[in-house]
Amino acid sequence: MTDLPAGQDPPFRLSMLVRDRRYRSLTIQAGVFILVMLFAAWLVSNTVENLARMGKTFDFGFLGNRSGYDIPFSLIPYSSDSTHLRAAGVGLLNTLLVSALGCLFATIIGVLVGVLRLSSNWLVSRLMTVYVEVFRNVPLLLWILVIMAVFTEAMPAPRDYRPAADGTASASMILFDSVAPTNRYTSVPALRVDHDPGPVVLGPLSLSAPLLAFLVALAAAWLIHRWVRARAQARQDATGIRPVTWWITLALYLVPLIALSRLFGLHLVTPELRGFNFAGGMNLDNGFVVLLLALSLYTGAFIAEIVRAGIMAVSRGQSEAAAALGLRARPIMALVVLPQALRVIIPPLISQFLNLTKNSSLAIAVGYPDLRATLGGTTLNQTGREMESMLLMMAIYLALSLVISGVMNVYNASVRLKER
Amino acid sequence: MSELHAQTVAYVRDTMLPQAAPPMRQSGVVLWLRQNLFSGPLNTILTLLGLAVVWFLVSHFWPWFSHSVWNASSMAECRQIIAERWGEGATGGCFAVIRERWNQFLFGFFPPSEYWRPTAAFGLMFFAIAPVLFTESRGLRWTVMAVAAVLTFAFCVLLGAPPRVLAVLAAALVGLTALNEYAHRGALVFSLLFPFLAVWLLWGGSAWGPACVLAGFVVGFAVWRVLARFGLFAVAAGVLAAAGWWMFASGTVAGVLQGVLPVALPQVESRAFGGFVLAITIGVAGIVMSLPLGIILALARRSDMPVVKAFAVMFIEFIRGVPLITLLFVASLLLNYFLPPGTNFDIILRVIIMVTLFAAAYMAEVIRGGLAALPVGQYEAADALGLDYWKAQRLIILPQALKISIPGIVGTFIGLFKDTTLVTFVGLFDPLKQMADTIRATFAWKGAYWEPYIFTGAIFFILCFSMSRYSMYLEQRLKRDHR
Repeated sequence: MTDLPAGQDPPFRLSMLVRDRRYRSLTIQAGVFILVMLFAAWLVSNTVENLARMGKTFDFGFLGNRSGYDIPFSLIPYSSDSTHLRAAGVGLLNTLLVSALGCLFATIIGVLVGVLRLSSNWLVSRLMTVYVEVFRNVPLLLWILVIMAVFTEAMPAPRDYRPAADGTASASMILFDSVAPTNRYTSVPALRVDHDPGPVVLGPLSLSAPLLAFLVALAAAWLIHRWVRARAQARQDATGIRPVTWWITLALYLVPLIALSRLFGLHLVTPELRGFNFAGGMNLDNGFVVLLLALSLYTGAFIAEIVRAGIMAVSRGQSEAAAALGLRARPIMALVVLPQALRVIIPPLISQFLNLTKNSSLAIAVGYPDLRATLGGTTLNQTGREMESMLLMMAIYLALSLVISGVMNVYNASVRLKER
Repeated sequence: MSELHAQTVAYVRDTMLPQAAPPMRQSGVVLWLRQNLFSGPLNTILTLLGLAVVWFLVSHFWPWFSHSVWNASSMAECRQIIAERWGEGATGGCFAVIRERWNQFLFGFFPPSEYWRPTAAFGLMFFAIAPVLFTESRGLRWTVMAVAAVLTFAFCVLLGAPPRVLAVLAAALVGLTALNEYAHRGALVFSLLFPFLAVWLLWGGSAWGPACVLAGFVVGFAVWRVLARFGLFAVAAGVLAAAGWWMFASGTVAGVLQGVLPVALPQVESRAFGGFVLAITIGVAGIVMSLPLGIILALARRSDMPVVKAFAVMFIEFIRGVPLITLLFVASLLLNYFLPPGTNFDIILRVIIMVTLFAAAYMAEVIRGGLAALPVGQYEAADALGLDYWKAQRLIILPQALKISIPGIVGTFIGLFKDTTLVTFVGLFDPLKQMADTIRATFAWKGAYWEPYIFTGAIFFILCFSMSRYSMYLEQRLKRDHR
């Protein structure tokens, strides 16, 4: 038996680049890299040539120019004298607003429906099944169009809320006389501040002082709450008895909020009819209301399925074991079933939030001025800079998606099963 | 003993009493109601709320549906009929708009004499997918094929297909059914041919055009097969041969063949596509092309070659990060910048490419999930058997991984099909918005809002719902785990 000389590879030959498994992957990678780069170079050279032929340049300078168009729905001060960049910012904030509210409502709807679908009540679980199947299997665009048609065709005009000669109005406000849907806008109660000390200017940003105060108070309450919880946990670890802290938590959040409300004179104003229009409350553009409703209902149906699957994924043995340990129904739900269900629910929930954010670009169907409508719509058409506008818009959407999935992944990592 | 017994026991039952009916509250409808609807205070409240919702829906929508009119030539006439029949102020559905314009919702601006072509293509599609999707159950395969054959033929007759076409179609339907039954491989060949047949049926023109494109694939495959010993070189040579055929030979050969033996259908411009023909064309093309692309992307993303993996990750994350609308706008606005000057190709083709890329990225993530869910032992076992990478993927890994990912794959398909409605924003005539808007723009049907939405929504619901049910069925059939 002869020993093979160890550690001596056969000398390298060129054919090994193709035949030898160790080197072949290098060849393939080099090939793929060259092909992709050639393709990219081809695209870029075509683009350069085409731009030159049309006499266009590629620069983002137009973003600093005067936009010259109005945006009916804006969270930050904006006029037609503002720049295109600011218009894009308005659009981005509008996209974020409708997406954030949509995610919130969709989650509420989804959790409710998902739990009710598992209910032992025959009628309710059937109704929820119908809702989920009907909304999931029909395009979102249809829901947007249908709800828009409901608002424009079936809702009363603002003046219909006015009592006629015989003292009865042909339309009445809903939800305890606080919301008035009309065919042009939906009037909802608004928060009003009596003593506003004026905006706080931080560099380019200007924030309203009450809002800032509330945010600071909430953040501080949250930080102290965390500290209290950590202390309670430490006490529990040391003595086995967890001190009662719920009233501290309640006070932490409520006391500053009530105090600040009294200080600034914060109160709710319900809309009322003045002349032929509603005033006092906030008149929300129907495009926004429709988009929000459609996105929430549509995504809610998907989230309901996710929640149902998550709860069903926790085996019965888990809750039975918890019951055998002497836990009651609520602790079983809170300490045993939900933490395990959340682990299954969170990853698909993240992708639903991402879908909702991307689907908010369907605002194009209702005329809500989101990012696509400002930067990718009016700005694009006015300046004729398709290339820059589209690329910028895609980059913003991409960044938005990556940020959302990044944040949610961090949360996901915190609830994930801690394995060795 | 018995004597004693007789004296000590006063009464002995020697026959059974007839069974009494259970108490009212423990049987039948009452029990069911108590268990399922009124088992506690909370459930009772929920039931009452549910009943209120049902009552609200029925009381609002039933009058409208029951007052529907199917025979009228305009919206005004409809309203007049409703007012006459059910009194002034009654509202009702005017489904006459569907009756009058159903052909536009289904076929867009396709020439009416050619309606049989998309119909035949749609029907034949079921024969193309039967050997791939309905292999598990003979009964289901037969049902699908029989229903597809009968309906396709019947609709082609009703839509006025010429007798010669009907004869060919009948022969094809019978032949394909037999092929599926007796020669599974032959049926698979038809599945591969079907895309070219469908393109020819939909767009028309000379049959030799699609045939010569198909020939390119055959040429490439043949070259690869001959040189298969040389591994990578064979793949490259095959691709080059096919590309060479398409660039230099295909057009000429098609022209010559058309001159020798003309086989042609009247040409239909892409502009004429609309309604569900458009939605289904884009949807099916996207579905068919996104699955292989998705598999390749998923394998690339799980590859141990960093460069390949990086490109796959970049592509997938980019596509998944932007809304489909922006990609469609890229197709309509920017593609002209990216292509050589003077290139201008069909908008439907551009949209199909974008939709395919979009769906492929999602598909890749779904399949990657399936690959990740597979136990490592399967990969190691494939290696231990001495299979090379592609054989291992084809024989061991992918069949199992794809099976795990069926719900996700079908979910992506459904999403893609629903997303085809977004083409409305680049000016194509989708059934939901653009087509309905066009019909509403005529004087006769101004104000017909709900009926088109109900009609198109119902069709979308039926198609998507049956896809999701089929995936659930397939999941059940393919379950082979040890539980």
